[in-house]
Amino acid sequence: MNSTVLVNIFRFVLLLALQILVFNNMNFEGYVSAFPYILFIILYPVNGNKSSLLVASFFLGLIMDLFCNSGGVHATACVLLAYLRPYFFKFSFGLSYEYQTIRLNDVLTPERFTFILLAVATHHIVLFFLESFQITFFFDVLLRTLLSTVFTILTCIILIYLIKPNKR
Amino acid sequence: MQQIFSFIIRNSNRLLFLLLLGIALSLTIQSHSFHRSKIISSANFLSGGVYERINSFEEYLHLKEQNDELARENANLKSLLFKTKDSAEIPNLDSLKGVLPKDIVVSKVIHNSYNVYENYLTLNSGAKSGIKPDMGVINSLGIVGIIDNVSANYSTVISILNIKSKINAKIKHSDHFGTLSWDGKNTGFVQLTDVPRLASIKKGDTIVTGGQSVIFPENIGIGTIDKIFIPSDKNHYYTINVKLFNDMTNLGHVYIIKSENSEEIRNLENQDKKDE
Repeated sequence: MNSTVLVNIFRFVLLLALQILVFNNMNFEGYVSAFPYILFIILYPVNGNKSSLLVASFFLGLIMDLFCNSGGVHATACVLLAYLRPYFFKFSFGLSYEYQTIRLNDVLTPERFTFILLAVATHHIVLFFLESFQITFFFDVLLRTLLSTVFTILTCIILIYLIKPNKR
Repeated sequence: MQQIFSFIIRNSNRLLFLLLLGIALSLTIQSHSFHRSKIISSANFLSGGVYERINSFEEYLHLKEQNDELARENANLKSLLFKTKDSAEIPNLDSLKGVLPKDIVVSKVIHNSYNVYENYLTLNSGAKSGIKPDMGVINSLGIVGIIDNVSANYSTVISILNIKSKINAKIKHSDHFGTLSWDGKNTGFVQLTDVPRLASIKKGDTIVTGGQSVIFPENIGIGTIDKIFIPSDKNHYYTINVKLFNDMTNLGHVYIIKSENSEEIRNLENQDKKDE
């Protein structure tokens, strides 16, 4: 149990650092940006404490807002994602997901991909619409969301493969 | 009583979620309303410090460009200096009133964003250098933005590439003025709206800051006219696409203008409003 907490704290710091130092500086044509820091919420243990996930996600988003000057946009999107996570699990892994041992950081199966897609898409839709906060940019925001979702999913999958623990 | 407690315990996750969502949403809405500065901004020791570290590495990559820019600016200033001796090109002292050398602070952009609708810069000087909200920020090429939040050592700037930013600007040769804003599309262009149709303008004319602004002194460069069109809902006014002098995606050193009169003018205007 203790090691899980440590691993999660480590992930929290590492993903934030990676996001701020590397991925915030990457954007193509001003449209496409990647936010792989939400991997923290995606990879959080399935049966882990839900309230601590909510609080951790809130602060994860708040620190992102601090660095991006974006008010509370990231915090809102992250808290919403953390809250909706069990429903996404239910949708993609079936009703009895809590009794299975789901390991997300393993070989990519359709179930795992569905889950990541749902999580990233939800987060990005909330994020980009709150960021623009205006209906005039509707299609622009939609395009941004779509492209960034694809890009974030790609980086997430690459990162999952990179930090995959060694086979015992 | 017991039922209330058991309700709270049973729904603790949902209540926690609603609480956190409420806080986050109120922060979001607060940041989108114009007349208040943000609670969460990158002008603080944590993000400011991190950005300053990062910048001290990145700086080396741009040394050559920065040198060239400084040399160009030096040449410009030198030519101005030589001209003043005999020609009529003396800079209009009236327009420079309140902007004496001591009123300009040099600062460095340590973080720059340009890929969202509300872009902000972070500078590495703050209240300790005498910087206050609503001061103008320019560089050697033209205007950059307006100071928003200030902490002890850092400050954030509302970039001109921010859909909330509105700056008074005019056409250099004709003195017709309008409002400069950004439509959120291209980082190289901003829009000058509400220019009366009477104004004789053509492509390539220079746009400078207008005299109505308290924040910027008059005649600071902004850009050149790229395209002129008439919006369908406002028939009597032009909207102009302005190509910026500045490359907003690549900013180094900037100057912060401390206008001494600004406080006085603003107080006066506030008094007028109260009297009404």
